[in-house]
Amino acid sequence: MNAVARFFDSDIWWSFTRNPITVVSAIVAAICIGGAVLAPWIAPHNPFDLASLQLLDAFKPPAWSAEGDPTYLLGTDDQGRDMLSAIMYGARVSLLVGFLAVVMSVVLGVSAGLAAGYLGGTVDALLMRIADIKLTFPTILIALLIDGITRAVLPRDVHDQIALYVVIFAIGFSNWPSFARTVRGSTMVERNKEYVQAARVIGLGRGRIMVTHVLPNVLGPVLVIATLQLGFAILAEATLSFLGVGVPPTQPSLGTLIRIGNDFLFSGEWWITIFPGLALIVLVLSVNLLGDWLRDALNPKLR
Amino acid sequence: MRRLGLAAAAALLALGLASPGAEARTVRWATSGDPNTMDPHSQNVGTVTMVLQQIYDYLIARNADLSLRPGLALSWEQVEPTRWRFTLRQGVTFHEGQAFNADDVVFSITRAQQPTSNYGIYVDTVDRAVKVDEFTVDVITKVPDPILPNKFASVAMMSKGWAEAHNATRPQNTRQREEMFTVRNANGTGAFRLVSREPDVRTVLRRNDAWWGWAPENNPPATPPGNVTEIVFRPISSDATRVAALLSGEIDFVLDPPLQDLNRLRQAGSIRVLEGPEVRTIFIAMDVKRDQLLYSDVRDRNPLKDLRVRQALYHAIDIQAINRTTMRGQSIVTGTFFPPQVNGYSQAEDVRLPYDQARARALLAEAGYPNGFGITLDCPNNRYINDEQICQAIAAMWTRIGVRTSVKAQPLGPFFAQIQRDDTSIYLLGWGVPTLDALYSFQSLLATRNGAQGDGIWNYGGYSNPRMDELVQRMKTQSGEARMQAIHEALRIYREDVPHIPLHHQMIPWAMRSNITIPHAANNQPYFRWMVVN
Amino acid sequence: MFAFIISRVLQALPVMLTVALISFAMFAYVGDPVAIMLGQDYTQAQRDALIQDLGLDQPFFVQFGTFLWNALHGEFGMSYRLSRPVLDLIAERAPATLELALTAAFLALLVGVPMGIYTGLYRNSWLSRFFLTFSLIGVSLPTFLIGILLILCFSVWLGWLPSFGRGDTVQLGWWSTGFLTVSGLKALILPSITLGLFQMTLIMRLVRAEMLEVLRTDYIKFARARGLSNRAINFGHALKNTLVPVITITGLQLGAIIAFAIVTETVFQWPGMGLLFIQSVGAADIPVMAAYLILIAALFVTINLIVDLLYFAVDPRLRVGGAKGGH
Repeated sequence: MNAVARFFDSDIWWSFTRNPITVVSAIVAAICIGGAVLAPWIAPHNPFDLASLQLLDAFKPPAWSAEGDPTYLLGTDDQGRDMLSAIMYGARVSLLVGFLAVVMSVVLGVSAGLAAGYLGGTVDALLMRIADIKLTFPTILIALLIDGITRAVLPRDVHDQIALYVVIFAIGFSNWPSFARTVRGSTMVERNKEYVQAARVIGLGRGRIMVTHVLPNVLGPVLVIATLQLGFAILAEATLSFLGVGVPPTQPSLGTLIRIGNDFLFSGEWWITIFPGLALIVLVLSVNLLGDWLRDALNPKLR
Repeated sequence: MRRLGLAAAAALLALGLASPGAEARTVRWATSGDPNTMDPHSQNVGTVTMVLQQIYDYLIARNADLSLRPGLALSWEQVEPTRWRFTLRQGVTFHEGQAFNADDVVFSITRAQQPTSNYGIYVDTVDRAVKVDEFTVDVITKVPDPILPNKFASVAMMSKGWAEAHNATRPQNTRQREEMFTVRNANGTGAFRLVSREPDVRTVLRRNDAWWGWAPENNPPATPPGNVTEIVFRPISSDATRVAALLSGEIDFVLDPPLQDLNRLRQAGSIRVLEGPEVRTIFIAMDVKRDQLLYSDVRDRNPLKDLRVRQALYHAIDIQAINRTTMRGQSIVTGTFFPPQVNGYSQAEDVRLPYDQARARALLAEAGYPNGFGITLDCPNNRYINDEQICQAIAAMWTRIGVRTSVKAQPLGPFFAQIQRDDTSIYLLGWGVPTLDALYSFQSLLATRNGAQGDGIWNYGGYSNPRMDELVQRMKTQSGEARMQAIHEALRIYREDVPHIPLHHQMIPWAMRSNITIPHAANNQPYFRWMVVN
Repeated sequence: MFAFIISRVLQALPVMLTVALISFAMFAYVGDPVAIMLGQDYTQAQRDALIQDLGLDQPFFVQFGTFLWNALHGEFGMSYRLSRPVLDLIAERAPATLELALTAAFLALLVGVPMGIYTGLYRNSWLSRFFLTFSLIGVSLPTFLIGILLILCFSVWLGWLPSFGRGDTVQLGWWSTGFLTVSGLKALILPSITLGLFQMTLIMRLVRAEMLEVLRTDYIKFARARGLSNRAINFGHALKNTLVPVITITGLQLGAIIAFAIVTETVFQWPGMGLLFIQSVGAADIPVMAAYLILIAALFVTINLIVDLLYFAVDPRLRVGGAKGGH
């Protein structure tokens, strides 16, 4: 039986197909992610190409309303940018930030958790103490601080170029302890299991044991937390952008689009804020629903 | 603990007012910014004066059209080229009871001259003020100053005795470790007195029934005295929230409604929008001094030094589209850098280079940039009306003629810090003219920076033209026709040299509940003395 | 116990110092506040004098040293923007933020705990599914969007509730409270819902998870075997054991609530510390920003310490450096 067939025969696939909400959210998430990733090829316009913007096309309502223009399905913003394209490119930035931030949290958190759980003693005490302190500080404040330091330290041009990575680092850095905690717990359990002791007896190095034997067995919960954290990371980025310290406006994320659109909430040009807002909610909600399902599927104890 | 007492009083007061009071006409007023002090000689910014000019009187007052009229001085006259004489109004008392006389005038002018004052520009030519008798004051100037009355319309009159009693004889100084009394207390002779002050939260003013200006004969016919008994001022910085508060009836008067919401407000029925121009012009200024721009991909030369490039950038701007779309019609397109309300304005010089992309491309090619070049446009994002949006629109227009423009928009703090370090290649700026005289603009923006007081202090592009400097010096001392000629010649040089690309004069719509009438003023100052609540 | 406290306090010191350094350094980018303080007209001499007044011409670490020394004396200097002592400003704003944060936390507990219990006990009822979906939507909505939508709905369309500010407050000593006036209470509703919604969903999910965990434990099974009623088991045994971690997490989240109040206060123009902070950022008012961050850090460290002590008191098996709670 090959891997694909085994997957379709597994419990996970069964629980997936059994739950219509999960299926729908998976499809929605796939559409969102697909649209975002493929934006440069499938978006109807390129909102970053200044030469193509026409100020006279600004504030066009969605195509289906009376004054709409079929060229712009979801209307245009205050600069004449196509909303649909802006949302696709924006979601791309949001997802990129969210994804890389989570990857960073996972790498940091899993390493710390493995080390703390397997080595124990002083390393454990120190790492967990740092995690404790870190956990009490809210993400948003940590991100504000990191963003601020880099602005203070780096010259302005350099900062503009790497602002995106600063945000990724800020969010990624503030979320690692939840991974570390989980991995540490699982590692402590795995460490005393016979197969690990056997590996130790035959003289394998600590690093090798951690990576090849312990790690694969603690990855399940990590995957679950990672999915849930992806939603949080996207929201954190949106909040930072709303406060004006997120990604640079030259690469607007969904949060930036909402902040810009917020000015037009009462003016009748509702599409400038509602569509990016909806896109953000749908994206985060579908990711969270998938994470929820994954947690229940991989961890029957919690069901 | 006095502050807490005040706050408690305000709270009780607010509760008390909920019951039907006799003839209480309260107006609840909001803007995005809060005054950061109650000291009348400290911070020279609109958010401070908009509150303080309700409380303090000036020697010379302004009508709603900003023309001068008697304030605490009944008359004034240039008795010698360097001596102005002011005859004071008698029988005026401060809110706390002190009688107003010549000593207070001498004291106030001297106080505004202190290094810790922001109001130095209004007393820059003053050598000293001299008391002649109880109600006559002479002001001796270092050079003949024809526009001193315009300047004195911005110097508030304090009580000498009160300031001395509260150890506030100098404007507040940031070096001090203690809070100055004048930061949260005020004692003027004006139409309203300060009742309570909670910074960033609420400032309450009450009608001063003893004010001399309530007499109908002391008002211009166009603006009879109003009937407001109490002003509750609350800053609301978020645009959306401010509009929501006006729509929901929690606020009666908004000085700075966002342009995009005007239509919605007009349609609301219970709300009236009062439109009018402001004495403030928005333009693009640029580095015409350096041999190589700081933020451009052109090496070893500065394209902006070439007149043809500046003209090309000018021709590329579709100002009508910006007016219609970005400004929603709330701007007055211009070809010069101050509006008609300012003394020295000339219709003949207020002519734009037309919007012409083909011409712009041709000029660029002629100047040796057939493929254009790249540049960074610096821009504030919370200082002028829709500033960032204007910059983005211009960036798109310039990019279309080949000048690839990236916009760097920042809050006013970092923005001004940056351009004041000369750390910019091209930037958007707005310039208001509180003296309503052209000298103020020419001196600050176009004179060569030479260390002299006021010369070129906002000339961050490094524009320098000997003829312009000569004309500015003439504006400072001459008067009458000769001075007007100097201004008009300077305006022509401005038009030909293109040191700036002018965009528009700002419009400043005010929004209020429809039972309120108030004359619109182009200095963006609400004169509550003339507000009528029905 | 005493040694434990000492060691924890010592551990907190480098944290506080780092935060102080960071908070002082971070806003150097906002540029000098001089431009804002001077306004439109000034001479170079005035500018230089002001820079010297503020000590901005000193080397960075000299400035920081001065700052730290003064901070240790409880002196955070004068606000550049408002020319008033920073501590006074923060003391005036603190009641607004604390009342908002406590109301939000209370609201979150009041609604979140019963919802969590219900979804834990009746896992498969449609109402539980609804609550769970609702909570997912709750964590998927950004705070600022919730606030804006609430204002749009309840202030602009319905006109029921105020869209900004605290309403009327009453002064109790130095504490200004909005709890004692009708307008104050009405003004509290929308901001506290906005702020509390996220915590509410978090608490609900936590209570649910804890309930499921506890209900599976042996002693609950024994209780059932002994024939105790469902009611007695659920509320007498299960719930009691659930609440300890819930209260701990809520305590820890109080810090997060206060930090997130920055966003809520911005949207609702709530005159608290968060709004003061954001306004100070806009005006490059470094003393206020630095003091705010240090005080918030001190608050977090204190909360963390209290939680540690609680664990220590509740569970004597725990020793310094040992594992805290199991979640």
